[in-house]
Amino acid sequence: MVDHGFVPVRAKLIEVAAFLDRVERYAVADDFRCAALRRAAALLVDGRPARARRILEQLSDPTTRPDAVSSGKAALGAWAGQPPSAKRKA
Amino acid sequence: MRYIEPHGHMVSRTTDDYQAMVTAGCQAVCEPAFWAGFDRGSAAGFRDYFRQLTEYEPARAAKFLLPHYSWLCLNPKESEDLGLAREVLALIPEFLGRPNVLGIGEIGLNRNTRNELRILEEHVALAVRHDQLILVHTPHLEDKLKGTRLILDLLRGHPGVRPGRVIIDHVEEHTIQQVLDAGFWAGITLYPDSKSSPPRAVDMLEICGRERIWLNSACDWGVSVPLAVPKTALEMRRRGHSEDFVDAVLFRNPVRFLSQCPKFALRAESAG
Repeated sequence: MVDHGFVPVRAKLIEVAAFLDRVERYAVADDFRCAALRRAAALLVDGRPARARRILEQLSDPTTRPDAVSSGKAALGAWAGQPPSAKRKA
Repeated sequence: MRYIEPHGHMVSRTTDDYQAMVTAGCQAVCEPAFWAGFDRGSAAGFRDYFRQLTEYEPARAAKFLLPHYSWLCLNPKESEDLGLAREVLALIPEFLGRPNVLGIGEIGLNRNTRNELRILEEHVALAVRHDQLILVHTPHLEDKLKGTRLILDLLRGHPGVRPGRVIIDHVEEHTIQQVLDAGFWAGITLYPDSKSSPPRAVDMLEICGRERIWLNSACDWGVSVPLAVPKTALEMRRRGHSEDFVDAVLFRNPVRFLSQCPKFALRAESAG
């Protein structure tokens, strides 16, 4: 499992790190998607299982009612609202 | 190896893809109605598309000896215009008797709006009225979790819906269990940048079981890999899963679901 999976995943982890460096160099690290990515990345090392599920949940819209109007055809990858955990820290 | 591609938008693909799929062991391809990348301007545009899905594309696939089936609907990306959507819904029944039509799909939600939900409800009612199988698209990225919950609520609230005749597609780690727990089938879509990768798909199979799950490439005009399903067999074998496991997930499971439509020609005996 490790022999097969380690090198490709190592490469993806470095891509994440390089992306976070890049958005800082370009001064766009405050974009809500970049902030969501940093919060999600913290879940990788919290020592708890089901990381993939929990990261997907953290990036998801937590509301429950259908929206009155569409904000466009394409999803953005992270919810533009603040998650409850971020609000508590603010 | 034999497999079914239960969700491929072949009108977007080249004949080279048909050749590669057949060479890899594809026994049948099923094509849900889809968004063209732009909003169609009239119901007449949809009529032409439904003719393409039920006349032209099966003939193109037949040149490669590949049975081609289709699902019909208006994609949720185009359901904001309620007037047009209802015109298209009214067209669908005249195509349901075509020999390659398996059911209504891929219906569902895109941005989880009220209008999308209304049109989804009308599609479900149409499917129930005509005793059709249902293929449901769940939204992308941050909208998937909420959309899946809305879809499950709607389907569970409809007295005519039989969960065993409905597949909810594009599940990921945060949605698969609730779909299976509600008695529906779950589809895992293999995409390079979104949805699921082959390793994650096999993780989900290991964690959730293989009972009511199929894999698909959902290959279309975007970033997608028509051979993603057979390539996932390699990931299964690398982990030590048996050939029976591979065959169950890639062939027998989709055959079991799709055979609920009498028009699907690969029968249980060929499914082993």
